[in-house]
Amino acid sequence: MSATEDVAAAVAAAFREEWGQVVATLIRVTGDWDLAEECAQDAFTQALDRWRRDGVPRRPGAWLTTTARNRALDVLRRRAVGAARLREAAVLARDEQPYDPEYDRDDSGVRDDRLRLIFTCCHPALPVEARVALTLRTLAGLTTPEIARAFLVPEATMAQRLVRAKRKIRNAGIPYRVPPAHLLPERTTGVLGVVYLLFNEGYAATSGAELVRAGLCAEAVRLARLLARLMPDEPETLGLLALLLLHDARRHTRVDAAGDLVTLEDQDRSAWDRAEIDEGTALVETVLRRGRPGPYQIQAAIAACHANAATADDTDWADIAALYGALLRFVPSAVVRLNRAVAVGMSEGPDAGLALVAEVERDGELADYHLLPATRADLLRRAGRTAEAAAAYERALELVRNDAERRFLRRRLAQCRPG
Amino acid sequence: MRYALLARLPDGGEEPPSGGPDRPEVTGGVRLRPAVDATTVRVRDGEVLLADGPFAPSGEDLAAIALVDAEDLDEAIALAAGHPYACDGGSVEVRPVWE
Repeated sequence: MSATEDVAAAVAAAFREEWGQVVATLIRVTGDWDLAEECAQDAFTQALDRWRRDGVPRRPGAWLTTTARNRALDVLRRRAVGAARLREAAVLARDEQPYDPEYDRDDSGVRDDRLRLIFTCCHPALPVEARVALTLRTLAGLTTPEIARAFLVPEATMAQRLVRAKRKIRNAGIPYRVPPAHLLPERTTGVLGVVYLLFNEGYAATSGAELVRAGLCAEAVRLARLLARLMPDEPETLGLLALLLLHDARRHTRVDAAGDLVTLEDQDRSAWDRAEIDEGTALVETVLRRGRPGPYQIQAAIAACHANAATADDTDWADIAALYGALLRFVPSAVVRLNRAVAVGMSEGPDAGLALVAEVERDGELADYHLLPATRADLLRRAGRTAEAAAAYERALELVRNDAERRFLRRRLAQCRPG
Repeated sequence: MRYALLARLPDGGEEPPSGGPDRPEVTGGVRLRPAVDATTVRVRDGEVLLADGPFAPSGEDLAAIALVDAEDLDEAIALAAGHPYACDGGSVEVRPVWE
């Protein structure tokens, strides 16, 4: 590799590692989101040039933050904004350390600017789509066109969404901070929810045209890793990271070359990412020992049961059924009850599962959800009641919206009809 | 008698030039920032629910106006959640004002 390529690689690596930190610090220093992004961008551009000449600095993050901060200071000076802002920025510019724990301490006791940034991006007064987009832009460093492609919206729409969100943060006075103790649990749940949603957006990608969306899974895992590192005392952050790793490990096997869905049962287990499974499993085992379970930890434990079964037949369905029972205490939803019905059906026989499915059907809450008749169909098929199964698959086909899932249901239906 | 004058403008988000007629009868008033910067607060079963923007279901009527000073949006939301209408099946829109 040439020296030029070395530098380009170092800058690219620094971008992945440091972008969020540089932007987060600059937002705190300047209070100006656009200026922060501009100056961060500028620092990375300068790095390409300067590192080639002077060599890659020992601490690239420190170099980038200082460079971006100096640039912001210049701009602010030229704009001659309020003297207080300028003083604050000037004090920072004198620091040797780019990251001074004493300075960064606020009421919450949390010190990392990236946490302030993610809590602000995920503030519940912002629309959900804006929270996701803003997190990807400012913390993960994706460009607006990249985010637009990932969410299948026109670039102008995404740009407008980001502008509006930043304007609301400024105009409505959304504070740039980690929330105080009385708001922290609820807001943390909100932040984890955004990262989970991000992952699911990528996970739902099924065809070549949607491959760009799959990159969202990697971003979500990266963000979950960051949160787990920044909030190690919050068991659910570790639970979320474990859950995402365990799902991500199976991501490539859930769709075949034709873009068709492959069920867990039929997936090629040898192609699962063993490193991710081991890391996720170790994480969830460790965190559950703290005795403060939550929905992400329990879902991770369920995913670990699946991921560690050598074959589909080795799956410990009784364990999974018990875990869904525990999950119901946190998430008393019809979807969780339906999943529990599947697990019970697998461990105690289709009839026990069908009885639970019937309970969910009686509630009527999932009347339009294709997985309700699809689940019943699957249990009927396993019970050998093929005519009834076929009718239930037909009902599911009326409700399904995703093409890959439609093809899957058609195949199942064909199997239930006498050839 | 005392009356409230509820003045409207086309959407745009530009800072409006003035907040009301320059007359001695006008006892006070503020200029509201655009609706896109609003947050609607409702309290249901003790839980504070937030929605981006104004939330005006049919059957709800503008019934009161209060001006509050708050450090930031979180503090304003807490004040809104303590408003009797927020819990009473109604909602309270938090709208920043031009200063």
